[in-house]
Amino acid sequence: MADADLSLTLLRLLGPSEPEIGCDECFALLDRYVELELDGADADGLVPGLRAHLVGCPACAEEHESLRALLELDGRS
Amino acid sequence: MTLRAMRETVEAPVPLDAESQDWLRDLRAAGPAHEAAVARLHGVLLKAARFEVARRRQALPDLRGGDLDDLAQEAAADAALSVLRRLDTFRGESRFTTWAYKFALLEAAVKIRRHSWRARELPLEPETWAQFEHPAPTPTVRAERAALLAAIQTAMRSVLTQHQRQVLVALALNGVPIDVLAERLGSNRNALYKTVHDARRKLRAELEANGFEGGW
Repeated sequence: MADADLSLTLLRLLGPSEPEIGCDECFALLDRYVELELDGADADGLVPGLRAHLVGCPACAEEHESLRALLELDGRS
Repeated sequence: MTLRAMRETVEAPVPLDAESQDWLRDLRAAGPAHEAAVARLHGVLLKAARFEVARRRQALPDLRGGDLDDLAQEAAADAALSVLRRLDTFRGESRFTTWAYKFALLEAAVKIRRHSWRARELPLEPETWAQFEHPAPTPTVRAERAALLAAIQTAMRSVLTQHQRQVLVALALNGVPIDVLAERLGSNRNALYKTVHDARRKLRAELEANGFEGGW
């Protein structure tokens, strides 16, 4: 196992040290957060705790990546 | 200041954009206007569900094109129900289509995770600690790493409940997706994440109490 894998596993075990929201709240705020990100606004300042949750929750992180990628695709088409 | 209080200081009512207003008006209408809007909504959701299935298709090696599209169709149909049921919760903090997309992406992602684990037993125990016993760049790093891992194992046994330990082992060490574990345990993602969050907080506190500083 590479060092990066070990670091990832430690992160999975110990989680983010910053305050974070839960999965339900993340889902409720995700659309706003991603639009703020793509608009170049201060998404982390305006939606506190969501970035830390994405660090700690792989499932919500995948859905964040997908929503962002889909909106980017829409923007190009 | 709590996260909720921080948000309340920056949140203000947001006027709906014209396109979102049209969506809400048509979806709340009766008759042909409603039916046309629901059909349009289904198209938006199907696009998002197909997008997610295409992104994650390597997790579904046993499914072919038609099966993959069936999964996307099911996700879009389930998402449409969720969107229509929660229409009154849309507050215009994003475009309506962005808000709707996330329901289809969630439904598709959950179906993909569950399908890819449907025939697998969940590895709740034992943890796979042996995989970490590999050469480190220097003896000092190896010693530090070994001490941290040993302290984590001890803390997991001493400060976590059996439920917290099982959930953390499954999710963090054995890579079980949270939706899959939630389904098998009769729970939900939010509740399991709360368990993980509480377990992590206990572990970090125990490590700090034993002289390990943050930044791991």
